[in-house]
Amino acid sequence: MQRIDPSPRVSDEIRRTTCYMCACRCGINVHLRETAHGPKVSYIEGNRDHPVNRGVLCAKGSAGIMQVNSPARLRAPLRRTGPRGSGEFEEISWEEALETAVSWLAPIRQTDPKKLAFFTGRDQSQSFTGWWAQQYGTPNFAAHGGFCSVNMAAAGIATMGGAFWEFGAPDWDRTKYFMIFGVAEDHDSNPIKMGLARLKARGARVVAVNPVRTGYNAIADEWLGITPGTDGLFVLALIHELLRAGQIDLRYLIDYTNAPALVIDEPGAADHGMLMRGGDGALLMAERSSGRILGIDDGAIPALDGEFEVEGRHCRPVFGLMAARYLADEYAPEAVAERCGIPAGTIRRIAAELAHVAFNESIEIDRPWTDWRGRRHEKMIGRPVSLHAMRGISAHSNGFQTCRALHLLQILLGSVETPGGFRFKPPYPKPLSAHPKPHAHAVPGEPLAGPHLGFPRGPEDLLLDEDGAPLRIDKAFSWEAPLAAHGMMHMVIANAASGDPYPIDTLFLYMANMAWNSSMNTAGTMEMLAAMDEDGNYRIPRIIYSDAYASEMVAYADLVLPDTTYLERFDCISLLDRPISEADAAADAIRWPVITPDREVRGFQSVLLDLGARLGLPGMADADGKPVYAGYADYIQRHERRPGIGPLAGFRGNGDRTGRGAPNPDQIARYIENGGFFVAHIPEEAQFFKPWNAAYQDWAVEMGFYDTPQPYRFDLWLESMAAFQRAAEGHGERQPPEALRPRILQAFDPLPVWYPPTSSDPQEFPLHAITQRPAAMYHSWGTQNAWLRQIHGENPLYVPGEICDRHGLEDGDWAWVISEHARIRVPVRRMEAVNAATLWTWNAIGKRAGAWALDADAPEARRGFLLNHLIPELLPEQPDGQRWSNSDPVTGQAAWYDLRVRIEKAQPASRTEPAFAPQKSPVPPAPHELAFGKEWTE
Amino acid sequence: MTTLPAATERKLGLVIDLDTCVGCHACAVACKEWNTQGYGVPLSDQDPYGAEPSGTWLNRVHSYEVRPQSGPAQIVHFPRSCLHCEDAPCVTVCPTGASYKRVEDGIVLVDETRCMGCGICAWACPYGARELDEAAGVMKKCTLCVDRIYNENLPEEDRVPACVRTCPAGARHFGDLSDPDSDVSRLVAERGGFDLMPEMETRPVNKYLPPRPKDRPMPELAELAEPAPGGLLGWLDRALERLAP
Repeated sequence: MQRIDPSPRVSDEIRRTTCYMCACRCGINVHLRETAHGPKVSYIEGNRDHPVNRGVLCAKGSAGIMQVNSPARLRAPLRRTGPRGSGEFEEISWEEALETAVSWLAPIRQTDPKKLAFFTGRDQSQSFTGWWAQQYGTPNFAAHGGFCSVNMAAAGIATMGGAFWEFGAPDWDRTKYFMIFGVAEDHDSNPIKMGLARLKARGARVVAVNPVRTGYNAIADEWLGITPGTDGLFVLALIHELLRAGQIDLRYLIDYTNAPALVIDEPGAADHGMLMRGGDGALLMAERSSGRILGIDDGAIPALDGEFEVEGRHCRPVFGLMAARYLADEYAPEAVAERCGIPAGTIRRIAAELAHVAFNESIEIDRPWTDWRGRRHEKMIGRPVSLHAMRGISAHSNGFQTCRALHLLQILLGSVETPGGFRFKPPYPKPLSAHPKPHAHAVPGEPLAGPHLGFPRGPEDLLLDEDGAPLRIDKAFSWEAPLAAHGMMHMVIANAASGDPYPIDTLFLYMANMAWNSSMNTAGTMEMLAAMDEDGNYRIPRIIYSDAYASEMVAYADLVLPDTTYLERFDCISLLDRPISEADAAADAIRWPVITPDREVRGFQSVLLDLGARLGLPGMADADGKPVYAGYADYIQRHERRPGIGPLAGFRGNGDRTGRGAPNPDQIARYIENGGFFVAHIPEEAQFFKPWNAAYQDWAVEMGFYDTPQPYRFDLWLESMAAFQRAAEGHGERQPPEALRPRILQAFDPLPVWYPPTSSDPQEFPLHAITQRPAAMYHSWGTQNAWLRQIHGENPLYVPGEICDRHGLEDGDWAWVISEHARIRVPVRRMEAVNAATLWTWNAIGKRAGAWALDADAPEARRGFLLNHLIPELLPEQPDGQRWSNSDPVTGQAAWYDLRVRIEKAQPASRTEPAFAPQKSPVPPAPHELAFGKEWTE
Repeated sequence: MTTLPAATERKLGLVIDLDTCVGCHACAVACKEWNTQGYGVPLSDQDPYGAEPSGTWLNRVHSYEVRPQSGPAQIVHFPRSCLHCEDAPCVTVCPTGASYKRVEDGIVLVDETRCMGCGICAWACPYGARELDEAAGVMKKCTLCVDRIYNENLPEEDRVPACVRTCPAGARHFGDLSDPDSDVSRLVAERGGFDLMPEMETRPVNKYLPPRPKDRPMPELAELAEPAPGGLLGWLDRALERLAP
């Protein structure tokens, strides 16, 4: 008889750290058990005390054991021995690897630092990697935001001082009406699932706007299967309806936005579209009763419509311009319904529902607060409507303005930062004015003068040389992408391979699978990485890559610096970077080595510090050339960005200081003791109305988010956009290339605007094709995971039923999907819960044969595929011969979802096309059977 | 053949909310992760990095497309594991007595020392909730985490099945369904919890909560969609007048 022990010993020790199975950064309890070979991870569960996940954990997180034991883990530094892409390597020592890297990086730093392009992928240490690149002195640094969701981040910051996810979230406890736009199953993962559960428990209404009804969209009370690229049009139609019915929060607009501000309305003039300011720089408005021109904060009731003469300039209030814009017939539900794929009646009804909840079901909290003008408010009034949006609306060439439109909708309802609405998470709110401008002027042997990334205020801040050519390899912050706040990683390889705007020497990448799922035009990108000039030299002379696993990109590197897995490393989830705060609290966290690597691998950040010291970079090597930091953990504890402000906010000084304080040598120990994270709660009276709440502003200064209070108004009218428009009209010294003028005029509208996404001919390519993120897989990382790949080991193309019928397609058939750029052959599955003109598949399941320690005939390679092959990184040639990046013209965000295709039935087939020659694996073959836990079970 | 108890002292089981399940597979993986290092032999994986990866799972999540009579198509996510039936056919067909139902809590278990891996119980189960582990040749199934729910080495709040503890959407509930006052029994009563395939007469202990109706507008709000009298400017005038001190 099998003995059942109801109380078996669970583990020998629990170590609490931070998950890295996706970007969500949940707290985890890692259980360890002794084995003959030392302690081993036996079980991973969510940390109940952690602010992000409160104990729960997703499929990826629970499969972490298979990641730390993955056969695809790299084992030692590698030097390429075969041609690029072949996967032929020899293992070398760390000393040799580091000296090789130094021998490449040191000379170019002394001669021409821009010859290094350093781009990191899903990097959670950007404030560190960015600092390293700044000290090195290259202008060419960014992380993956440019091909991810920079539209969302930039439009949020520009409009209201923050966006979704890390920047803010719905008031899950109070919101009564929640709309999600373009949110697939990650971004952000567990908090949204937990939040939806809370909304459902309270009977709050959830409306999902997404072409595909999977995941969160499946459980929404209502699903609107919108046509890709038309979310902005839909939202502006909602605004049309709300304005028409007078269902907006006027008091909120007057007090907290630039709605009353006077805009110079002098078409053709250089100052057209600029805001009128008084001598003190304050925005001006017209008093409604007298027509007097006053400061916007003078407390008078402003005129919101009408025309005024101020200092000889003809002016109109922002509100009036806005109302005139959106009340126009072009934004009426009937006018947009067909393009959006949403009936006019539904649009009108959704507008009425929003208005009903915002104004008839408003919330009052008896909690007095004082605004920055010193005015006391007895209650906190809330509009319990909230929105969340992510990559689906962001990754279009009209994404920046669509994201702006979404925020405008929330603001018109008066819901942002009120109870039940959308709430910022510290260190946000942070207005655009508090963000740096970008820097790119490289000086040999010197650090860059400031951070790489930021927000240009106008053409004068663009990163261009005297001839108007881009200073950065990715052309971020050039006329092609003036507000490229996260850089344009998706353009780096193409630009470097063609030497446009200039050739580089070394491409240094971290954690970015650019030879596969992270690039547009994947086949072309692989060719570029291996392309040679007439003399047989690689066009990109040197490639250094750091990754923990044998990804497709590894095969294209000349030198591979093997990273650790997430349980073997230090990391810091910093308030200087992408924090894990909640709306009621600031929070940060660490990772620490809960197990010791059994391979010759090193945490990339420590390697970077080592390289920095060997290169003698300021801040990393002292006067004697000795390393300043012993490793990343030492940096985390001792580095100060400003006096008293370091990577971690908790346990500073003697352990009793929060936010500001001297470095504490026991800080990491205190974090470990505290469960791997730190939380600082916002005082109650400071928890809402943060941009205007004096108590919040004081707390933020105390915490070190800024050095003085930064109250601000939301920018319904975005003045800096007008500055770019004026340049496009010929004003000012810095002028865009002729061919770009029309699109700058269109895209840089100071008010949210909708224009059709850049697309191929809709007659020839009548269908949209997009990807969704599965909940159980994070990009390409999950595929090596023995458990997760049993859930998503292949990806069919989901095809709407009507299209199947038209083309005679049945489940199991194969089809060609054809874009203007390429064609792919894929397996087909019929589906009805999808927009009628949209084909879709799961993201990043398809793999190149030979990668990730998978068998060459793995289903990921045979029956998996990437849509990436269909998406060009460059748009078709313009009349002047130029080819522009396939990106948003404002931010340079990769426009993945602009893709248009047609479908044709294919002959029966056994594998997807294109297929590529298998890469040779740099790691030993994987096991044929697993029985994890055998050591501990009978 | 093996007999079932005439009655059990408690009926421990799961209540799974199909209204909130987002189909994320968190429960399935947490289950595999806990149970591969817990009760009985590990949950093995065959060809885990190869052409035909497969493995033993005690809980799997399926997604189905549903076409209602009116309105757009819907997707329902459906987690599937042992329902710990009161009339469990998997027990009565077991030739060795390995499959049994516990009198004290109603949990259906496999005594792995008696299981000869014949697989008849898996055939008998109408829900496909049992999987024969290929490496060990032993039948595996949900144990309701019998090594968690009474485990004094775990904090009390963690004495629930791994799937319940991890579910991010709060779609899984654990308790005693024989107690009409238990949280799970109340949920079943309030939300119209139902038996899976009652026609099979297995009397499952686990219950499913149905998805709430979808794609229905909020109650009539037509007046809010009416244009403001005098247009926006007329409305603006009145609204600003009200704001004046």
